[in-house]
Amino acid sequence: MKGVAIFRAYALAYLLFLYAPIVLLPIFAFNNGTVIAFPLQGFTLRWFAQMWTEPGLGQAVRNSLIIAVSTAVLATMLGVFAARASTRYAFPAKGPLMGLIMLPLVLPEIIVAVSLLVVLLGIGVPLSILTIILGHVLMTTPFAIAILSSSFQSLDRSLEEAAYDLGETRLSAFRLVILPLVMPGIISSLLISFTLSLDEFIIAFFLGGTQVTLPVYIFAQFRFPASVPVIMALGTILVALSVLLLTIAEYFRRRGITRSGGTDTGGFL
Amino acid sequence: MIPKAPIADQTMIEFRDVQKWYGDYHALRGISAKIRAGEFFSLLGPSGCGKTTLLRTIAGFEGISDGVVLVDGKDMADVPANKRPTNMMFQSYAIFPHLTVAQNVGFGLRKQRLSKDEMARRVGEALEMVGLEGYGARAAHALSGGQRQRVALARALILKPKVLLLDEPLSALDKKMREQMQVELIKLQRQVGITFILVTHDQEEALVMSDRIAVMFDGEIAQLSDAETLYRRPKSRRVAEFIGTMNFLPATVIAESDDVVEVDAQGFGRMTLAADQVGADAGHGTSVGFRPETLTIIQDAPIAGGREVPAIIEEVVYYGDMTYYDVRIEGTERAARLSMRNTFNRAVLDRGAAVRIAWSPAALILFR
Repeated sequence: MKGVAIFRAYALAYLLFLYAPIVLLPIFAFNNGTVIAFPLQGFTLRWFAQMWTEPGLGQAVRNSLIIAVSTAVLATMLGVFAARASTRYAFPAKGPLMGLIMLPLVLPEIIVAVSLLVVLLGIGVPLSILTIILGHVLMTTPFAIAILSSSFQSLDRSLEEAAYDLGETRLSAFRLVILPLVMPGIISSLLISFTLSLDEFIIAFFLGGTQVTLPVYIFAQFRFPASVPVIMALGTILVALSVLLLTIAEYFRRRGITRSGGTDTGGFL
Repeated sequence: MIPKAPIADQTMIEFRDVQKWYGDYHALRGISAKIRAGEFFSLLGPSGCGKTTLLRTIAGFEGISDGVVLVDGKDMADVPANKRPTNMMFQSYAIFPHLTVAQNVGFGLRKQRLSKDEMARRVGEALEMVGLEGYGARAAHALSGGQRQRVALARALILKPKVLLLDEPLSALDKKMREQMQVELIKLQRQVGITFILVTHDQEEALVMSDRIAVMFDGEIAQLSDAETLYRRPKSRRVAEFIGTMNFLPATVIAESDDVVEVDAQGFGRMTLAADQVGADAGHGTSVGFRPETLTIIQDAPIAGGREVPAIIEEVVYYGDMTYYDVRIEGTERAARLSMRNTFNRAVLDRGAAVRIAWSPAALILFR
């Protein structure tokens, strides 16, 4: 019994350590004081209002949205191809090949960012939003593949054959049967890639050139103590948005598995 | 028994020396056979014998390495699966889980651009045929196993294919349900008159359902005949052992002519067997074989026309309707299994009882 109590205390301490800082975000976002310290000074919404007048913030949000949407679409498309190929076909060096594709999942991001920077500068590609998208696609495609593979894997191979057998072409069989059944996975992959890209700092910082994304903007703003409460407000919105998107993504992933009659074998939540 | 419709003497499927290689693996080793129009035909064999591969070459899911597959006289070499006059019922049923029952059943009609009413009528007909009237609006993923199977059947038959291919369609059902579906499938086949080709590893299922059966081992057809011939006159010891139970006793051939063989079998002594009572045996030596139910255990009165040998009952296995006896015929080394029906006038015999076995050369097959 004593052992159980220790583990319980440990789990509590762990959760506290993990989430207490995040809980501080909304607390100070609504705190009517410029200094991030207790005691609280009273409730205000002015930090949220002040966000709209910050110079550069609008541009950073726009950049981040363009990058996140493009990344989500590209990574999910590549993910569909790779997941389909790896679950349906056998080809030479399949294991090593898939391993290489999944590698960015474990590679230190800073290494990837620096290598990409060196290569891009070397071949003379100007740094812009496009280069950030490139880096983000590289980072998020493995996540997309992981999500989509579980969707494709839970598909019975004879479903496609049945559609083909009943007169459809390979393409229409894919469209009428496979696509609707993996659609929840696709939506889930889009949302997760979007969220990952939106939050990403290192690649955006290294490959952005003069273009600033939201995380880079936030980092820069920390130099000015006066704008810290605004950052808290911004952070609160971002956390809420991330939780919302991930929840929706997981909902679709689970629904997809239930609909195609498989059992849940993975996922992020 | 359900009366069998006369089968037209017209070939629906023909295999000519069909070969299939998967890399180094020779999956089909020269299959040549003809399947008649309107026939209920079974491909029977253990797993890995090539029966499913052969079925899939008819559907067009599997290309062949060499040879010819003809459907209704037409070479299928350049005809893709979606253009073949065949439809398949899959082992997993492959019901589209995101569609309703009616959408599943009507899936094959999409290409025909029928009016809504015509579509509904055809789907309704197909559902009625499989006993699922009124299920059209149900979600497919909410069906029971038996219902899925019926939906798969209706979906495959709605295009009125020349050939229906069934890939182990009953293997997922429990025994009672399976037996019921066997009878329903036979009735349905008689009703629609379409050539059915069934793949199964269950010998009983093949015997019950088929007009003719091809037994396959290692990518080859070992025997192709009707159920009774297959059971009573297996052409090889391997077929005999795969279908039902067969006892074997060592034997030697004494003399033979074109139509009879003179044999001396352990326990039974000398006898003369007809030429069609001879099967092949690879590696076991010469023996005579007999099925458990073909000989009779007697205690008192002899049976007219039968020959008799003395035996001892070594084991009794009571099954309710039947009793299995392991008996050792005098002069043999191993017990043979016999089965007796438990009729009102027959008591179950005891272990160790001395009995006589009534037999006839007609029940025996020589394997060599």
